[in-house]
Amino acid sequence: MLSTLQTPRSLSRFPLHFPSKSFLLHTSTKSLSSEPVTFASLTDQSIPTTTTLPPQSQILTIRHSLISRQVTATELVQSYLNRLRITEPQLKSFLHVSDTVLREAHELDKKINNNEEVGPLAGVLVGVKDNICTADMPSTGGSRILEGYRPAFDATAVRKIKELGGIVVGKTNLDEFGMGSTTESSAFQVTANPWDVSRVPGGSSGGSAAAVSARQCVVSLGSDTGGSVRQPASFCGVVGLKPTYGRVSRFGLMAYASSLDVIGCFGSSVADAGILLHAISGHDRLDATTSKQDVPDFASQLVSTNSSESKPLKGLRVGLIRETVDNGVDTGVISTIRAAASHLEELGCFVTEVTLPSFSLGLPAYYIIASSESSSNLSRYDGVRYGNQAVTDDLNSLYGDSRANGFGSEVKMRVLMGTYALSAGYYDAYYKRAQQVRTIIRDSFKAALDQNDILISPASPSPAYKIGEKKNDPLAMYAGDIMTVNVNLAGLPALVIPCGFVEGGPAGLPVGLQMISAAYDEGKLLKVGHIFEQTLENYKFVPPLIADDIITSK
Amino acid sequence: MASTIFRNFQAHPFLLCPTTALFGRRSRVLYCTMRNPESQTATREKQQPQIKVSPHTQNNRLDKFSKDYDAVIGIETHVQLSTLTKAFCSCPYDYGSPPNTNVCPICMGLPGALPVLNSKVIEFAVKLGLALNCKLSLDSKFDRKQYFYPDLPKGYQISQFDVPIASGGYIDLDLPVEFGGGHRRFGITRVHMEEDAGKLLHSENGSYSQEIALPLHFAVDLNRAGVPLLEIVSEPEMRTGIEAAEYAAELQRLVRYLGVSNGNMQEGSLRCDVNVSVRPLGQLQFGTKVEIKNLNSFSSVSRAIDFEISRQVQLLSQGQGDRILQETRQWEEGAQKTVTMRKKEGLADYRYFPEPDLPAVSLREDVLFLANDIYVANFFDATIAKGADVKLATNWIMSDIAAFMKNEKLAISEVKLTPQELAELIACIKGGTISGKIGKQILFELLAKGGTVKGLIKEKDLVQIVDPVEIEKMVDKVLAENPKQLEQYRSGKTKLQGYFAGQIMKVSKGKANPGLLNKILLEKLNANS
Repeated sequence: MLSTLQTPRSLSRFPLHFPSKSFLLHTSTKSLSSEPVTFASLTDQSIPTTTTLPPQSQILTIRHSLISRQVTATELVQSYLNRLRITEPQLKSFLHVSDTVLREAHELDKKINNNEEVGPLAGVLVGVKDNICTADMPSTGGSRILEGYRPAFDATAVRKIKELGGIVVGKTNLDEFGMGSTTESSAFQVTANPWDVSRVPGGSSGGSAAAVSARQCVVSLGSDTGGSVRQPASFCGVVGLKPTYGRVSRFGLMAYASSLDVIGCFGSSVADAGILLHAISGHDRLDATTSKQDVPDFASQLVSTNSSESKPLKGLRVGLIRETVDNGVDTGVISTIRAAASHLEELGCFVTEVTLPSFSLGLPAYYIIASSESSSNLSRYDGVRYGNQAVTDDLNSLYGDSRANGFGSEVKMRVLMGTYALSAGYYDAYYKRAQQVRTIIRDSFKAALDQNDILISPASPSPAYKIGEKKNDPLAMYAGDIMTVNVNLAGLPALVIPCGFVEGGPAGLPVGLQMISAAYDEGKLLKVGHIFEQTLENYKFVPPLIADDIITSK
Repeated sequence: MASTIFRNFQAHPFLLCPTTALFGRRSRVLYCTMRNPESQTATREKQQPQIKVSPHTQNNRLDKFSKDYDAVIGIETHVQLSTLTKAFCSCPYDYGSPPNTNVCPICMGLPGALPVLNSKVIEFAVKLGLALNCKLSLDSKFDRKQYFYPDLPKGYQISQFDVPIASGGYIDLDLPVEFGGGHRRFGITRVHMEEDAGKLLHSENGSYSQEIALPLHFAVDLNRAGVPLLEIVSEPEMRTGIEAAEYAAELQRLVRYLGVSNGNMQEGSLRCDVNVSVRPLGQLQFGTKVEIKNLNSFSSVSRAIDFEISRQVQLLSQGQGDRILQETRQWEEGAQKTVTMRKKEGLADYRYFPEPDLPAVSLREDVLFLANDIYVANFFDATIAKGADVKLATNWIMSDIAAFMKNEKLAISEVKLTPQELAELIACIKGGTISGKIGKQILFELLAKGGTVKGLIKEKDLVQIVDPVEIEKMVDKVLAENPKQLEQYRSGKTKLQGYFAGQIMKVSKGKANPGLLNKILLEKLNANS
């Protein structure tokens, strides 16, 4: 299977390493960097060392390399596109790959050559989950009912990325309209996990997570309604950030559950996730639920860890949520998370276990609220104005057939559940009660976060499982969301960072540590996450699918 | 008329969707068995809310029975607000624009589009709610009302369910003398905000597609989708067609006066759906309720109701009460009768739930300001009712009283001045009892401390001096005391007239009538020159 990767080396060299001449050049300029983030070059990753270097900001490295003319945008983009082409037949992360990427890179090179100002995301290839609207590419939400649909506008998050110079490389695969935890319920294809292609990448943002994991793009956008950014980040060994509800505009995100949906970020380092978050955050007059809270420059607050301070997180109160390291959770996952907690202690944190008695209520409340809202939000897909329309001769069949043919079974199931929960006579028992539970959950998180600076837990009760393993057992799949749904119900931000491995697959399966903070305190999560990631030794979260590419590329 | 509109649509058939032409392909033309509730066959409506009633509406035989029955009528009125933009997007709404030209991703319900509330909608709702003597909900919210229909782009209507913005009010009106006159007060159950749906454009058989023999086609015009509406629900307190029509006419006057709607029935800016039931006199339980739609004028409201009452009374009096069905009937202007439009298939379940895309509506900040507007208007009305000159009353309220309220940060309800006294003040100035200047002094006394105009005038001896002899004495005194200035005046420095006038006014303690003062002063100044 790996033979497909044995393509000419020259095609897969950037940007995980550079030719030696730029290596020298780069090293010489390194000390000049005033960036607060530890600024290791891309070349560092290709140096054969016995100790593994921590992940570095690809965005800052790209910017540095472009501006210092070590590499052209065209070369850079070409290398990504090559890797994408090589890995895509196995991964199937993308539903659509842009055909203008090289042209955009060429334009960027011209600007750089003319010494024009370029944006902070210039040359950064961004994958965009396909339920986020892009004006110049199809946006299907992974659904047959929107096959071939091209929006009239860019989502606000996409518009901001483009304005800052980012290049949208393509649209990534997902569970239909974000409903699922495996990316298997996409109407078009099943995405594989780069760590073991027989396993799921998680979901629903599985395409975006796999694409960053396999370095098919630099960073990517996902959406997180009940864990759809964090769980795939954990499965694929990348950083996943779910912002506070209201931090990022939802305008242009195809609504699944409006009161829970947020657009989130994937990166191969905490810094990249923070830079991307900064790019897309802020109040938007097109989304009445966005907040006017200030958006701090997250990346500039990330402190360098090459200082000699041995306890950089001294005094930080960390609460390990007891319910998340309990029965029903994979023992390998528990021990990895406990090891991560020890690592935090070594960094100076004061770690205690906290209990959230309402924790187990989250799952049923989540599935009632999400299903109810989705039954309403998906009403617009009726075949009348856009999307696939059934050929019928009466109105009821138009609706019935368009939706029967257009929606997959998972979507139908949730729409039916939601319709039921909102029906007269059931509303009080289900929807209203779920909202009451939501208030309890929000309050208990608030209490726990008054006592602790951050809360930690696994991002998923298990590592990535086999494709098809839970397909016919929706309850087992839903149960996998236990770690993440509470955070959406409370509207809080959470960061998932790879923290270790459990056995499985050719090279082990990554495990993600979830960190939760108070609303609008993403900055704290990023600071802690950055230090955690920079000090975590002996782990390298580059999947075997492309590790070969890196190791042999000296 | 319908076909004309349809051809208009043909000129812009694909603007609706930027990517896929849905109605252009013949294979997608729909056969539709539904009737459009907003039929295009609008009848002419007089702009003035006058009610014409055909004397032939009821026959004598039924009149005999009608005495034994009691009709119960309630009205749901939809008022289209004349905001510059739609309720949740920045599209304008121009009645009569070519189909699908006033649309955007938000009002078309495209994937990913979100509503953002136009704050004018709240403002207009508050104005109408106050004008209808309603209680306002300081914390209100929007809800989704869910049903499928091609003119409803999102598959739900953003509306208000359990917490309407205003409720529990009433409307007062006087019936015209020719209909027996009399005062009526009808209760207002609630006023809530919602968005309008689009329109289905029907084409009867063939004007669109000759080859396909389908009885009815439709296309959708979304210009109207998302236009803000206020739905006003009355208590079921009307008894006759005239009462209902007068209620609607009063509502029309009200929305026009408030400037929240043009209230034009023919354009559909004011739409009345009427519920009618009939019961034997003395029976407490309501009869079976029938809804009537397609009422495009006040006279059709009145006649449709009277027809429907007659129809139901006739059925009841013939012992065929079971033939009165809970249904929606349509008023046919041509035939002057109601016909079945659709039978109710049980209670529709709209699965309302709070709209998660919009924050809750809190009135706390704006409502006082808005309410103040209404109270100021009421104050003005009361002043006029006491016989004050309209223009003078406007000037006083808009300038000095408004400035006082602003400086003192008071609402008009908090100032001590009453409309009665403002009217008195205006009358005193107009009648020459006091000067305008004294009037202002008194006004500020009244605003700050209250009291009566007459009392203050008496108390402070402020009555204007209008006796020419008395004024002449003062003029003479001042001229005698200022010989130097008089000389200067007479040698050409005529600007000194103002100086003299000021001095004389001072001597009179501001009470001299300025006109008389100047007249006499001029005479004296110029006497010996």
